[in-house]
Amino acid sequence: MLITRRDFLKVGSLATTSLLLPKFLKAVEAPGALAMKGRSLVVIQFSGGNDGLNTIIPTRNDVYYRERPGLGIKRETALALTDEAGLHPTLTGLKNLWDAGHMAVLNSVGYPNPDRSHFRSMDIWQSASPADEYWQTGWLGRYLDAQCAGRPAAALEFDDTLSLVMKGENSKGLALQDAKRLYESTRSPFFAEYSAAKGKVLDDDAPVDYLYKTMAETLSSANYLFEQSRKANAGRAGAGLYPVTGLGKDLKTIASLILADTDTAVYYVSLGSFDTHINQEAQQKRLFQELNDALAAFSSDLKANGKWNEVLVATFSEFGRRVSQNASGGTDHGTANNMMFLGGGLRQKGLLNPMPNLLDLDQGDLKYQVDFRQVYATLLENWLGADAGKVLGGEFAAMGFV
Amino acid sequence: MALSKQLKLQHLLWRTGFGPATTETAHWESLPESAWWTKVKEASVKPPGMFDVADGAVKGLVMGVGMLGKMERNDLTKEEKKKLKKQSREDLKNLNLRWLEEMVETRAQLREKIALFWHGHFASRNINILYQQQLLDVVRTHALGNFGDLLRGVSKTAAMLAFLNNQQNKKQHPNENFAREVMELFTLGRGNYTENDVKEAARAFTGWSHRLDGTFVFRLRDHDSGSKTVLGKTGNFDGDDMLDILLEKRETARFIARKLYKFLVNETLVPEERINWLGDRFFDSGYKIMRLLEDIARSDWFYAPENMGVKIKSPVELWVGIRRTIPMELADPESQLVLQKVLGQVLFYPPNVAGWPGGRNWIDSSSLMLRLRIPQLLYRNQDLDVHGKTDDDQQMGEAAKGQMRRLSAVMDWQPAIDLFAKTPDNELIGKIAEFLWAVPTKNLPWEVLQKNTDRSNRSALVQTAMVQLMATPEYQLC
Repeated sequence: MLITRRDFLKVGSLATTSLLLPKFLKAVEAPGALAMKGRSLVVIQFSGGNDGLNTIIPTRNDVYYRERPGLGIKRETALALTDEAGLHPTLTGLKNLWDAGHMAVLNSVGYPNPDRSHFRSMDIWQSASPADEYWQTGWLGRYLDAQCAGRPAAALEFDDTLSLVMKGENSKGLALQDAKRLYESTRSPFFAEYSAAKGKVLDDDAPVDYLYKTMAETLSSANYLFEQSRKANAGRAGAGLYPVTGLGKDLKTIASLILADTDTAVYYVSLGSFDTHINQEAQQKRLFQELNDALAAFSSDLKANGKWNEVLVATFSEFGRRVSQNASGGTDHGTANNMMFLGGGLRQKGLLNPMPNLLDLDQGDLKYQVDFRQVYATLLENWLGADAGKVLGGEFAAMGFV
Repeated sequence: MALSKQLKLQHLLWRTGFGPATTETAHWESLPESAWWTKVKEASVKPPGMFDVADGAVKGLVMGVGMLGKMERNDLTKEEKKKLKKQSREDLKNLNLRWLEEMVETRAQLREKIALFWHGHFASRNINILYQQQLLDVVRTHALGNFGDLLRGVSKTAAMLAFLNNQQNKKQHPNENFAREVMELFTLGRGNYTENDVKEAARAFTGWSHRLDGTFVFRLRDHDSGSKTVLGKTGNFDGDDMLDILLEKRETARFIARKLYKFLVNETLVPEERINWLGDRFFDSGYKIMRLLEDIARSDWFYAPENMGVKIKSPVELWVGIRRTIPMELADPESQLVLQKVLGQVLFYPPNVAGWPGGRNWIDSSSLMLRLRIPQLLYRNQDLDVHGKTDDDQQMGEAAKGQMRRLSAVMDWQPAIDLFAKTPDNELIGKIAEFLWAVPTKNLPWEVLQKNTDRSNRSALVQTAMVQLMATPEYQLC
């Protein structure tokens, strides 16, 4: 056997990797980072193109009901938000947050010349590029570049692989399914011993240094996050509320890390697939049930532990869907969409702008009213305390909801 | 620093191919350095055969429809479209695995390596299997030939015309996408044309389209036959004229030379005068790709220390290289699709029209840790305990939710054991490192390596030393 189970447990990789730390992990805290300390942003990506019109429902709009004779959600079924807007009936936990003033909705968010392919439109949302440019970094990755040098756990994505959104020029986020698994997968003594032994003899500018630096950061972050995730877990009120679902598990881990004051500013999770070309009703309902139950538990947990005011949850999807339903009980790819913001620290609540105008469409699709990069600018400047112009590569006016 | 012959050979075989095949290593080592390039070149002279993995049903669908006279209108029924899409997805997996197999097995390493370069240069995402295998055939056929032929061939494939929306580029409603990408990504590069050039070039390409079966068609009624002024020239240009005009520009030759230099030599250190020299010779040769490759591979600077071991292997290079080093029979070949996905390079699914960005973009914490773990997972027949992201445009090789692909293979260690038969035990780890790595093997952490190898017998020692030395940051480089 190459590496026995016994070897595996015998070697404490924390001790060995920490030898590398002084050389590689120079903790540089950029100015401004301190001011925002304690705040975190949780992004929930609705993969596949969520039908925004059946999420925030225009309950007074005849066009909506005419174009969706089977799929339209009736006014009396929707959870009333305002006189003209209702929430998908499954999202009862979100309705409670709405009533408490902890939810805001921004309608008709999009970008010029929208692309209807999933991967391309998701690329645009993740990189924050114009529709006709191809960028190799993501907006949160560039935030890491600008603000989080030397903080390898500053942005976490809950998945096996890292999305473009988390990749910067010099810094990248960390992908993990859960803290324990990451910890275990990096605990091969060979990696720790080998990188520690090589770490002593590296030249600073050799290409292989980049790989060693990434390796050392991963090993040390894996240890750090595993320790952090265990700190807050033990017997806290609220930990038992989470549903046993993918999102429930992710949000529970995120809450544990937040409550342990982990040095993480951004958490990123995905839910899907919302690509509801057929039988939309059942599929969207199932996903919203998962969303609702996980978010209800998450918000209660953080509220009970006094952290809800320092957390902002933002949802988005790569596009909305067409106004008219199709012949298969579903909807096809559309354009502009709504975004939801949840948290105890919102400065504006409720509907942040008018409901979409269904009489002024572009070939059957919603026209965007707010550029998504304005939303990013808002989150970067007003919540994360970053220089949005630098991160987004252009000036986009921040809004006032946080 | 004097470079060992071994290291130079590693460099050549990794840059012009997917690394040495263990079975051929002894032969390579017996050759004088001066004979290397000729051998690389000659192994790839023969034109390649086409990979045809498309299911009969797919062909029947498009051909049959053609015979019914629908071909010109491109109208399959909804059911037929669905069927085509589904079967195409399956077939694309086979095309992917078929090409991967070729990269592993073929002696024509240069052809497949450069074809992989063009596969990224002429990036197209299209789920139609017939279009994809047609495009790959054009790319592999002309990979080492004339760039003009390659450009013309690719520009007339259904895969590219459809991906870049030239079907919608009509006299009354021009669509600039195709023209823009041909100029920006295929030929001139940014900064060498104006927005007006794009508009005018788009007019020249109006009417370029394809039939349902993938054959190119020029639809005269959609073509704008009026006068265009583009890149300083005026005339009633059509698409062919347009490509000629682009090839007449020296910038095109330099753009290609630069990109190929970055692919073959160095991604970050790119001396301007060297690119101009390469580009101008490429231009003067009438775009002979082999001439450009030869200029690169036979230069002194190709083996300069600053260019050795500085490239991060792409996921495909890494994986194919491992398979060439250790011949193996995979229990579940489709696990290779998952591997491509989680490592970030799925053949036929480039991230966008610009292809794979490469370099440090391949590396993040999760992709690096997985790269390091692959040799160990293989050696121990373990589950590939990671999932790719769900992708609503395509699903490649994913097992049902919750299941995992196992990276299980019968590995043939004999060639490696034979290769080191005469090496004494105390030199073995060092020799294996020199054989596996394309970077100098100075400062090996002997203690750690010895501790983590199984020294109970010779075979076990070779195996464990190889697995450990492949599970290193150094092995990620070439």
